[in-house]
Amino acid sequence: MTVAAATATGLPALAALLGLFLGRRVRPVLIAVPAVLVATGLAIAVAAGIGDDVHESAVRLTPTGALDITLGLRVDGLAALSAVLVTVVALLVQIYSAAYLREDPRYSSYAALVSLFTAAMLLVVYTGDLIVLLVGWEVMGVCSYFLIGHHWETEAARSASIKAFVVTKLGDVPFLIGILVLGTGADSFRIRDVLAAVPEGGAGWVTAGTLLLLGGVAGKSAQVPLQTWLPDAMAGPTPVSALIHAATMVAAGAYLVARLYPAFLAAHATLIVLAVLAMVTMIGSALAALAQEDLKRVLAWSTVGQLAYMTGGLAVGGRDAAVFHLLSHGAFKALLFLGAGVVIHVVGTGALAGMGGLRHRAPIAFWTMTAGLAALAGLPPFAGFFSKEAVLGAAEHTAAGHGPVPQTAGWLVLVAGLLTAVLTAAYATRVWLRVFFGPARETAPGAEVPAHADAADYGRPTPAGEAPAAMVWPLIVLAVPTVLFGFVAFSGLPSLGGDLGYDELTPHLPTTVLALAAFVLGAGVVAALWRRDPAADPARVLGPLRGPALRGFDVDGLYAALVLTPTRLAAKAARFSDGAVVDTYVKGAAQSAWLLGGGIRRGQNGNTRLYLTGLFAGVVVLAVAVAVGS
Amino acid sequence: MHLVYPLVLAVLLFGIGLYGVIARRNAILVLMSIELMLNAVNINLVAFDMYLRDTLHAGQALTLFVITIAAAEIGLGLAIVLMVFRNRATTDIPELRELAEHKEGSV
Amino acid sequence: MNLAVAEHGFLSPTGAEIAFVLIGLVVLGSALLVVTTRQVVHAALWLVVTLGGLAAEYLLLTAEFIAWVQVLIYVGAVVVLLLFGLMLTKAPIGYSEPPDSAARIPAAVVALGATATLLTVIVDAFRTAYLHLGDDTVGSTEVTGQSLFKVWVLPFEVLSVLLLAALIGAIVLSRSRSRAHSGRKD
Repeated sequence: MTVAAATATGLPALAALLGLFLGRRVRPVLIAVPAVLVATGLAIAVAAGIGDDVHESAVRLTPTGALDITLGLRVDGLAALSAVLVTVVALLVQIYSAAYLREDPRYSSYAALVSLFTAAMLLVVYTGDLIVLLVGWEVMGVCSYFLIGHHWETEAARSASIKAFVVTKLGDVPFLIGILVLGTGADSFRIRDVLAAVPEGGAGWVTAGTLLLLGGVAGKSAQVPLQTWLPDAMAGPTPVSALIHAATMVAAGAYLVARLYPAFLAAHATLIVLAVLAMVTMIGSALAALAQEDLKRVLAWSTVGQLAYMTGGLAVGGRDAAVFHLLSHGAFKALLFLGAGVVIHVVGTGALAGMGGLRHRAPIAFWTMTAGLAALAGLPPFAGFFSKEAVLGAAEHTAAGHGPVPQTAGWLVLVAGLLTAVLTAAYATRVWLRVFFGPARETAPGAEVPAHADAADYGRPTPAGEAPAAMVWPLIVLAVPTVLFGFVAFSGLPSLGGDLGYDELTPHLPTTVLALAAFVLGAGVVAALWRRDPAADPARVLGPLRGPALRGFDVDGLYAALVLTPTRLAAKAARFSDGAVVDTYVKGAAQSAWLLGGGIRRGQNGNTRLYLTGLFAGVVVLAVAVAVGS
Repeated sequence: MHLVYPLVLAVLLFGIGLYGVIARRNAILVLMSIELMLNAVNINLVAFDMYLRDTLHAGQALTLFVITIAAAEIGLGLAIVLMVFRNRATTDIPELRELAEHKEGSV
Repeated sequence: MNLAVAEHGFLSPTGAEIAFVLIGLVVLGSALLVVTTRQVVHAALWLVVTLGGLAAEYLLLTAEFIAWVQVLIYVGAVVVLLLFGLMLTKAPIGYSEPPDSAARIPAAVVALGATATLLTVIVDAFRTAYLHLGDDTVGSTEVTGQSLFKVWVLPFEVLSVLLLAALIGAIVLSRSRSRAHSGRKD
């Protein structure tokens, strides 16, 4: 079992290596796709055979001093299911990219990086050691950096890649410290030992370690306050957005919390913080998504919001619900992004203002994305409905005072989740209507629309036909789980490795009614506005909030004011103190040495008599000193 | 005879020689002053030889050596002074400042 | 012996002491003239007086061999050499050194300081020391020669080599103007 998992992890890494070395001679597709195909098969086999077991094996490569690091895998239900999600999406994205980036000169390195990313993600998913997990975690960050900057000719891509890297790295610093805190507290970095060492009722080191881990979680999963990088990361190619910035890497934060869930469950303070973060992220991102003018940015903000559902579900003790949402979201969000890629391919722009009436020009994208948007909005019977309902059910369960988690967290997540459900339905409807209905537009009139990196490559609209088959088929494949995955709720997920918290996934009446009401409210308002004036943007319902929401509530500006300006001022002060204060001492020392040297130089004038006088005078003085002293 | 008499004579002679070495400009006069200082030492050597009744007569022997070395030194010193005079047309010691630091701008 | 030593006082000088002091005054006076006279050739001549006076002092100290060597080498050779040097450097008979008061004051200070220090130390140390002369065999040529060739023969020979080297060096240095010139330019 663990051998299969290790092979699944190793194959994409090997493919990445081969792709980097042979990419110029062999067609990159022939390396990348078979590797990930085999990995997918292995991951599915592992998941099928896992049952309720936890398979663990570890190789201790070398003694590493006080911190013993083992190269180990820990395969349980959670890891197996997540690995299936990762490999399936990666496989589809690799196939899709072969068509999408067919004419791209850097396709070979792109394919290798995606393979490397897949390997790193699988490492994070399967590993049984926190330090090894950190390695995969950081490799993912680097791959994300490179892939966002794929179109590095454009300023937007360059700055977005640097921003993503720096912001996630900002979260990784507390993450690393958190790992060290947990490792020191448990005296081992193996997840099994760490979880076994968590005492009943929590402990100081558990709370501190998990709180620090939240930094990395917030960075990777784009939660408040580190959410700003994800919308900008859409400057990368659309398949990358689908794979990394929607389905897998951003879900790694939530996955990590689920993986270490016993530790989090024992730290109530961490859960409260997580709930507050999730609440703020959910509502803010939904408002921002409603206001965006770019299709991919809408999806990016919705990703932030859906990830907040996951962290919210984790915060209220609903691990199974959160993982359920992770899986279903991975499917339908990958579908949405790949569909967006098809739409962009057809229209030649990512701006919503340049779209409209596409249901005839891109019928497959229309039907599949309809399913995806419905899942996003939470319309039964699509997957998103069940998973979101499971999260809300868990929140309701906690708010009612059941379970080990504080009631406050339950209420926070429940209220925010319902409010977000309204907004989510609204923006999903808005996107659906603006992209696929209404009058077709040939040119993008919106001047405020940001220039899209992909549009530069696919500026020629393709009037005939929708898109290559390699781009369309993944949509159909992904549509299957989008529609059907929700029914897993009735059979239940495979064991995620231990019963933790509230693991009921079937819909409950109160939350179902509330969620449906939220959907009807959100979708209805937008549809009504649309019917009144199809040319106008339903986002006007936001009123004065629309401007700030479009700019992501100016969090970037806030950070600039809070961090950049003080840093610049401090740098100026440091420069001043260095130049005017420290240098004065240095220069003064040099000057005094210079003056002293000049004084002594006076004596070295070549006059032998002066030397002799000094010599004899010195001898006399010394003799007198000796005579008097003795 | 009191030992102090030759010793005081030697000290005074040494002081005069010292003054001459420093104050004189002409290199040959400086050599003469050096001779005065050497002679002061010789007086000391002879006086202490007599005073200590040295069986090895170290004082007298060393005096002879000093006289010899002084002769050699005068010979060599004069040769050097002559060469300096040929090259520079002067024996004035204060004017021989080739080894001083060059002024800024000059080679 | 000790009683005899104690009885020698400064207020009752012997004849040898009187002669020593008188000749010493002459020596010091001429030495002062050597270092102060403006006229270079005069300085050399006053040096003769000084060195001759010193030879007399050696005789009074019963070091007769040293005295004759002094006369032979210093008065006979060194001073003649110095006079040759003066003439070769074209010092005129009436040449007077330019006054250089700026150098004299520090020179006087240093010399006086050295003298004062030495005087203090020596007078303090040897105030009562007495020199018993009269055994005139001590400084005779025979005794000196025996000690020189019995005890000091090795330094003596080394010194002869040194003299030879100095001789050759002096010849090389002063021989050829052009050779020396080109050698300097290397």
